[in-house]
Amino acid sequence: MSGTADAAAAPAAATAAVLQLVDVVKRYQVGQEQVNALAGVSFGVRAGSFLAIMGASGSGKSTLLNILGCLDRPTAGEYWLNGVDVAQMSDDALSDHRLHNLGFVFQSFHLISQLTVAENIALPLFYQGLSREEQHERVLRLAAEVGVDNRLRHRPAELSGGQRQRVAIARALANNPPVILADEPTGNLDTATSRQIMSLLTTLNAEGRTILMVTHEEDIAGFAKARIQLRDGRILQIDGDIQS
Amino acid sequence: MTGLQILPLMLMGLTDILRHKLRSFLTMLGVVFGVGSVVAMLAVGEGASQQALDAIRKLGSQNIILSSVKPPEAGAEGVQRSSRMNNYGLLYADETRILETVPGVVQTVPARFMRKQGILGSQMLELRVVGTTARWFEVVSRPLLAGRLLTPRDEVGRATVCVLTESGARKLLAGRHTIGQTLRLGSTFFRVVGIVKNAEGTGGMQTPDRDTDVYIPMKTGIERFGEIDMQMSASSRSMERVELSQIIVEMRATTDVEPGMQAIEAMLRRFHKKEDYRIDVPLALLREAEATKRRFNGVLGSIAAISLLVGGIGIMNIMLASVTERTQEIGIRRAIGARRRHIVLQFLVETCVLSVGGGIIGLVLGSVIPLLITHLAGMPTVIRPYSLILAFSISAGIGIVFGLYPARRAAQLDPVEALRRD
Ligand SMILES: Nc1ncnc2c1ncn2[C@@H]1O[C@H](COP(=O)(O)OP(=O)(O)O)[C@@H](O)[C@H]1O
Ligand SMILES: [Mg+2]
Repeated sequence: MSGTADAAAAPAAATAAVLQLVDVVKRYQVGQEQVNALAGVSFGVRAGSFLAIMGASGSGKSTLLNILGCLDRPTAGEYWLNGVDVAQMSDDALSDHRLHNLGFVFQSFHLISQLTVAENIALPLFYQGLSREEQHERVLRLAAEVGVDNRLRHRPAELSGGQRQRVAIARALANNPPVILADEPTGNLDTATSRQIMSLLTTLNAEGRTILMVTHEEDIAGFAKARIQLRDGRILQIDGDIQS
Repeated sequence: MTGLQILPLMLMGLTDILRHKLRSFLTMLGVVFGVGSVVAMLAVGEGASQQALDAIRKLGSQNIILSSVKPPEAGAEGVQRSSRMNNYGLLYADETRILETVPGVVQTVPARFMRKQGILGSQMLELRVVGTTARWFEVVSRPLLAGRLLTPRDEVGRATVCVLTESGARKLLAGRHTIGQTLRLGSTFFRVVGIVKNAEGTGGMQTPDRDTDVYIPMKTGIERFGEIDMQMSASSRSMERVELSQIIVEMRATTDVEPGMQAIEAMLRRFHKKEDYRIDVPLALLREAEATKRRFNGVLGSIAAISLLVGGIGIMNIMLASVTERTQEIGIRRAIGARRRHIVLQFLVETCVLSVGGGIIGLVLGSVIPLLITHLAGMPTVIRPYSLILAFSISAGIGIVFGLYPARRAAQLDPVEALRRD
């Protein structure tokens, strides 16, 4: 993937969107009924953006983020990733894309409970095929960066919610991804911890990383540079530097 | 992209087993009991089968009995008979030929029968004197009640010793105390060295012994009584020369009996001009052995099927449960960037180690339990290689399939789907 730092430094060259959705529909069959979680969503995201996806519960925010993160495939419509149609990409190619270009932060952390903090953070590095020494070195640096370096041998269950989310962020940063996707990253955290996590994300964006964040809280969305407002699977409103 | 190598992935699978100690232990336990119970139950069934077949074999189901028969006389009834020497019956050479040419023969036992007046102390009794070898008692298995059996040394030394049957001994008022006393047969004195039990029930043709038999070494008999049997009746006197009255041929297995009989018959027909022999096979016993074997095969088949089914379902359940429980973990790994085959390989290593490890422990357990049953309950048990192979391969196979299947299915899901499960 092209350097995100360059894109941030030269906004004129970054008019082309890194991520582009065209009329994306996601439809679920629930019993006899069809639910359109996304009912035709189109927009593009430039490298270096900090986008907040807003909307009421059930409006389709998570569905949208999962499609952006290649964890899910649209029912209809197109998703272009650096000029490549995701529908044409193999599962292995999508896995590799997540492995090298994406970092995920979830509301419920999604840490593996049997693994220690260090092992959880090292997981992307393991799948990248790094040696144990390289993994260890990177884990130490990442843990220090998010402030969990004194908890490396603990299991996730032994940590507070804020610490768990820090571990999750360290894991999301392990592969040094140009894009970070966060689904209600502060949803399970108290206000003070939420602010710390948000300032961490703001720093990451300042480093040049693209951040796509789902939230329904106004003050959390305030950290972002652009917003998309969803209602019933459609875009209600777009603010900031977003291509529609 | 450098990519992930196979070895670290396998190591991850192995360390994962240790991380989930309790779950690994329980999963393994499922396989251990699955394999162990199949092996143990089959061992008990095989033991019972063996016992039943042994009982039939003791009755002589593996023996072919050849007897000398006086051939029907051509011509008029007994005009010139008195002056004739009648040569007929089984030959020493027949026994050698059978041993050398008929496949499946374990051993042959020759016997010469004579009727003699036996005198022990003040008791007198008409006895059937059986001149035979020590091997008689291997083929016609009768428990020894007192003293000893005939030995090969008796034969070499032409010893004048004899073994009585229980009822013969009783009629002669002989008992334990009789061992060492002398029995007079014709004009020869024999030392009684042992008493054996009679056949249970009336001796059929598969039990070639009679109520009042006395066994002596064959060579002693020939030396003392000659080979010519003289019989006198009111009208005539006949002389007969019969080399062997009987040959008992022991075959390796009941299934060798009928082919063996055909081979022997073909051979005898070639060397005997007259039909001066009879071949008997224990047909009833053969049929009974077959029926018993069939019955036990059915029983063993059912045992194997039921215990494999029960064990297999147990293994399947615990594998399905323990791997399905990890669907979310698979989703997390996939979200981070693991490819489908990374997931499959990791779980393949895990389920293989658990299934094979559990299977091996199960084989040990399944082999020890029958020993304990035999030791404590006195029940015979037999562990056959097929039961080990069957139990291990099916149980380990089920473990691997049902450990791998949910992992593969979870890996096939879109990562969101897997993440949603908990
Ligand atoms: N796996 C699913 N099966 C059926 N319906 C679903 C599924 N996932 C989401 N939905 C529906 O799609 C809609 C949008 O869901 P979601 O994107 O999770 O909303 P949000 O994250 O904004 O709360 C909801 O109505 C939800 O019920
Ligand atoms: Mg949501």
